[in-house]
Amino acid sequence: MIPGQFDYHAPTTVQEAVQLLQEHGDEAKVLAGGHSLVPLMRLRLAAPSVLVDINRIPELRGINRTNGTVTIGATTTHATIERSEVLKRVLPMLPAAATVIGDPMVRNRGTFGGSLAHADPAGDWPAVALALNAEMRIVGPDGERTVPAGEFFVDLLTSAVEPGELLTHVSIPVPGGNVGMSYQKFGHPASGYAVTGVAAIVTLYENNYCLDCSIAITGAGTKATRATETENALRNQTLDEATMAQAAEQAGTGIDFLGDIYASEEYRQQLVKVYTKRALLAALHAANEGQSAEAQKTL
Amino acid sequence: MATTYVGERLKRLEDPELIVGAGNYMDDITLPGMAHVAILHSPYAHARILSVDTSRATALPGVVAVFTGKDMEADTNALPCAWQAGSVTNNVNTPRPLAVDEVHFVGDPVAFVVAEDLYTARDALDLIEVEYEPLPTVVDAEQATQEGAPQLHENAPNNVCMHWTAGNQAGTDTAFDQAEVVVSQKLINQRLIPTAMETRGAIGSYNAGTDEYTLWLSSQAPHVHRLLLAAFVLNVPEHKIRVIAPDIGGGFGSKIFIYPDMAIVAWASRKLNRPMKWIEDRQENYLWTSHGRDHTTHAEIAGTRDGKITGLRAKTYANLGGYLSSIAPGIPTTLYGRMATGVYKIPNTFVEVFGVYTNTAPVDAYRGAGRPEATYLVERMVDRFAREIGMDPAEVRRKNFIQPEDFPYDNGLGMLPYDSGDYEKALNRALELVGYQELRQQQTEALAQGRYIGVGFSSYVEVCGVAPSAWIGLNGQGWGAGLWESANVKVHLTGKVVVTTGTAPHGQGHVTTFSQIVADELGIPIEDVVVQYGDTQGQPFGLGTYGSRSLAVGGTAIHRSVTKIKDKAKKIAAHLLEASEEDLVWQDGKFMVKGSPDAAKTIQELALAAHVGYSLPPGMEPFLDETTYHDPPNCTFPFGTHICVVEVDPETGKVEFLRYLAVDDVGNVINPLIVDGQLHGGIVQGMAQAMWEQGVYDESGQLVTGTLMDYAIPKASMVPNFELDRTVTPTDVNPFGAKGAGEAGTIASAPAVVNAVVDALKPFGITHLDMPLTPERLWRAIQEKRNQPSDSATAPTGGSHPPGDASTPASGAGA
Ligand SMILES: Cc1cc2nc3c(=O)[nH]c(=O)nc-3n(C[C@H](O)[C@H](O)[C@H](O)COP(=O)(O)OP(=O)(O)OC[C@H]3O[C@@H](n4cnc5c(N)ncnc54)[C@H](O)[C@@H]3O)c2cc1C
Repeated sequence: MIPGQFDYHAPTTVQEAVQLLQEHGDEAKVLAGGHSLVPLMRLRLAAPSVLVDINRIPELRGINRTNGTVTIGATTTHATIERSEVLKRVLPMLPAAATVIGDPMVRNRGTFGGSLAHADPAGDWPAVALALNAEMRIVGPDGERTVPAGEFFVDLLTSAVEPGELLTHVSIPVPGGNVGMSYQKFGHPASGYAVTGVAAIVTLYENNYCLDCSIAITGAGTKATRATETENALRNQTLDEATMAQAAEQAGTGIDFLGDIYASEEYRQQLVKVYTKRALLAALHAANEGQSAEAQKTL
Repeated sequence: MATTYVGERLKRLEDPELIVGAGNYMDDITLPGMAHVAILHSPYAHARILSVDTSRATALPGVVAVFTGKDMEADTNALPCAWQAGSVTNNVNTPRPLAVDEVHFVGDPVAFVVAEDLYTARDALDLIEVEYEPLPTVVDAEQATQEGAPQLHENAPNNVCMHWTAGNQAGTDTAFDQAEVVVSQKLINQRLIPTAMETRGAIGSYNAGTDEYTLWLSSQAPHVHRLLLAAFVLNVPEHKIRVIAPDIGGGFGSKIFIYPDMAIVAWASRKLNRPMKWIEDRQENYLWTSHGRDHTTHAEIAGTRDGKITGLRAKTYANLGGYLSSIAPGIPTTLYGRMATGVYKIPNTFVEVFGVYTNTAPVDAYRGAGRPEATYLVERMVDRFAREIGMDPAEVRRKNFIQPEDFPYDNGLGMLPYDSGDYEKALNRALELVGYQELRQQQTEALAQGRYIGVGFSSYVEVCGVAPSAWIGLNGQGWGAGLWESANVKVHLTGKVVVTTGTAPHGQGHVTTFSQIVADELGIPIEDVVVQYGDTQGQPFGLGTYGSRSLAVGGTAIHRSVTKIKDKAKKIAAHLLEASEEDLVWQDGKFMVKGSPDAAKTIQELALAAHVGYSLPPGMEPFLDETTYHDPPNCTFPFGTHICVVEVDPETGKVEFLRYLAVDDVGNVINPLIVDGQLHGGIVQGMAQAMWEQGVYDESGQLVTGTLMDYAIPKASMVPNFELDRTVTPTDVNPFGAKGAGEAGTIASAPAVVNAVVDALKPFGITHLDMPLTPERLWRAIQEKRNQPSDSATAPTGGSHPPGDASTPASGAGA
């Protein structure tokens, strides 16, 4: 478990980092928390000859809230998100999801941006970002572009970040109204990654009438996917357990399911239904408990 | 004896050093001029080696040399198999330090690189070009014995290495023919990968001036490693090798065995006249360090409708892997077949074992070694039987227990007589603590709400403290040596005591336990005792640490040496006090003249006298220094009952632990904290087999669970709080009345968990599930029952409540 040889750079600005990436082309890899990249290098499944460590770029780190948007820097660690008081108030699903990522060591090093850019099919953040309609800010040689989460997760381990580009920030609109959100995860007993994870957000009017809902699923298939049919089935309905359970039956539509020795495709289909139902129930419960009271107050 | 330390929950004396990072593990060792070794492993499970081209690797700057099997062939022999149980003598196949013509599993070593640094060594591996001719593979033991299966070794037709039986075949057949009830069940005891926290390593240093080797090895038995390397592998005289086991980060059995790397570093250190270091990475560790378990068993149990078990029959295919590991044949025979009836009086039992070669990593002893498999067999079958006759599982156990008056008990399977036991007492205590009646009631109530709670039992006995040499060595068990243990105790002039032991602790806390014993016996502060181990230079021969033997055998050797010291000290005391020995008593840590407490000598005073030597009884040698080689009269047989309570989520098949309660009887306890720790770790390991761990090969012999991202070892957050309690039934096998405690938890816990989960799913008509109990496996079993019109019980369908009759738990087993 010894990686091959590589050169190491630690730029302090985004510009410098992008320059280095451009200079070294395919040979170079961005190093963030290293919790996906370094294991691959140790197994020699990845052998970049240049590493561009982005941890020393101050502008990439931290959580900022302006008006209706929260912006999270790419190298913000899972642990920082887990402990963020701002997020606990306005986007409670983020700190809650952070607590189920790996273990404390993983959370102390792994980064929000690294996890999204890597697009691991079993990563937790892709589902959360997708459900929250996050926007990804990407800087490359030609400047900055913005990609909505819905277009960001391209395929297995492939995000919209091109070689030579850097994911710098993720902007998340804070949902208004009577909102409840929850991330429910079935973790792998060895890796801790999601065998299935479901992020659900419901926006209610009176008497549990569903104005809007957003559901995204990770772990089950090749990439994080919105459960559009389930969302459609619930909008403008009165939410109760039976309605949500029934709608959750459709949650797997559009997922290109994966299977392995721990969990087959068929079993993941079951998990998607069950965890979608549970995430919806938890989100409904959260809305009823006034989870978003703070969010409403501040908007 | 006034006990000050024995029986106390003393914190481990070993810990401060390890906690502050001052330990000395394999990779902490650096020698001047040391080079680094990287080993190339076969990527094929079965192939002929056509050619090995090392030229590109050798040309890499920083590479010192590259060696292949052909280079080592002339100087080294195949590794020995030291426990040829089960009449394997004619078809032993053990690995060579490097494979020469053929490889038999993914991980078989074919070449190695020596380089100035580890990075270069690793890079050079990618430059070695090996041409293989792939051969057909077989990974499943039962399949490997079938006609037409790929053959691994010429001397083992149908890949059968051994065919072994125990018990009474004719009687057993008759018992089954006449039985009121027979239940059959195929049981898979899956392959496990030991996963010690520290992987293995080997460092070799050769002194050309003295022609001597010093080897640092990850070793649970340094003397045995020296002996085997010298006598069988390296063609080097034993006294020219010194083996040191530094701090070892766990082993669970996997560091008992002799491995190719040990020969590689020794051989290369001489060849290149430089120290050589090899440290295993986790991937290598998973590929080639011996695995555990891997049995397929066709089991049958016979009995009467009123709960008497009359027969047990088992045919087991034990997967031994591509070669025999050092003590592999003894595990599924002596340590499994001979313990098959567990805590029960089963009059007719027959066990048949096929030991089979397959294209997988060698399988050998792993914590519990044979006894977990035996306990799983009998505890699962007793539960199947109880279910079949509709009797409470606790009641069936009670009805068939060996009784206290039956000891010493001969189980008829060639095992030594069980020393002592009171199985019902432990069961009763467990039932009482768990609140059995209420628990069953809660189970019924929960079911009415659509919740699936299960209660599982495991009443176990195991054999440990191996072993009387005359039994294990001579009497057909095939162990190639004795299993005694040595100890030396010296009391220095200043009264400080140096104990050397042949046991080889690697996490068990021997220093603490042994110090407690010695300090109490000599009436001195525990700080005055030092315990030394793990170096062939400085210790008498030692057989090592495994099989929960270290206290029962090694501790007794220490105790006997201390007794000899005290006998000699008493003579000196009598001389100095001008009293007769008969008038002296040992009291409050002193020899004193009966009735006159002022006329007394402490051990420190006597040690001083013994050392200076000018006032000793005529003819007495100076110094207090005694050595003992203790050969135990019997093994010890700890036992107990574990109860597991679970809830299964029928939508996902996920298991949640509600409670885990263990009543163990390990006889008298020297340090309850250490014993509890051993039980905690042990229970977790067995639970992990029941729930998460499985070593999986695909059909081509690739290890699918080759990393810790795939192979699920338990984390603290995955297990419940353990409720521990004890009964105490001392043994007369050793002066402490203590039995082994290192493996008991692992041996007991897997069946308790499986029985609990099967009990939880009883309303669905599910009678058995193989380990590990993955959520998918449970979910599928539930689906299958829901989709099939069931026989006795109507399986509940989603959401609706199950019918009452299927849900009524058997009753009548109050505590
Ligand atoms: C034991 C263990 C358990 C884990 N459990 C979980 C879990 O339960 N759930 C979960 O979601 N994850 C889990 N992870 C993964 C962890 O969360 C990682 O943090 C994450 O997958 C990658 O983030 P990173 O910062 O470590 O990225 P790195 O490993 O540094 O990088 C990953 C990839 O993304 C690229 N990259 C990183 N940052 C950027 C950027 N800003 N712009 C462009 N490209 C970039 C890198 O070049 C690389 O290709 C686990 C990891 C380990 C080791």
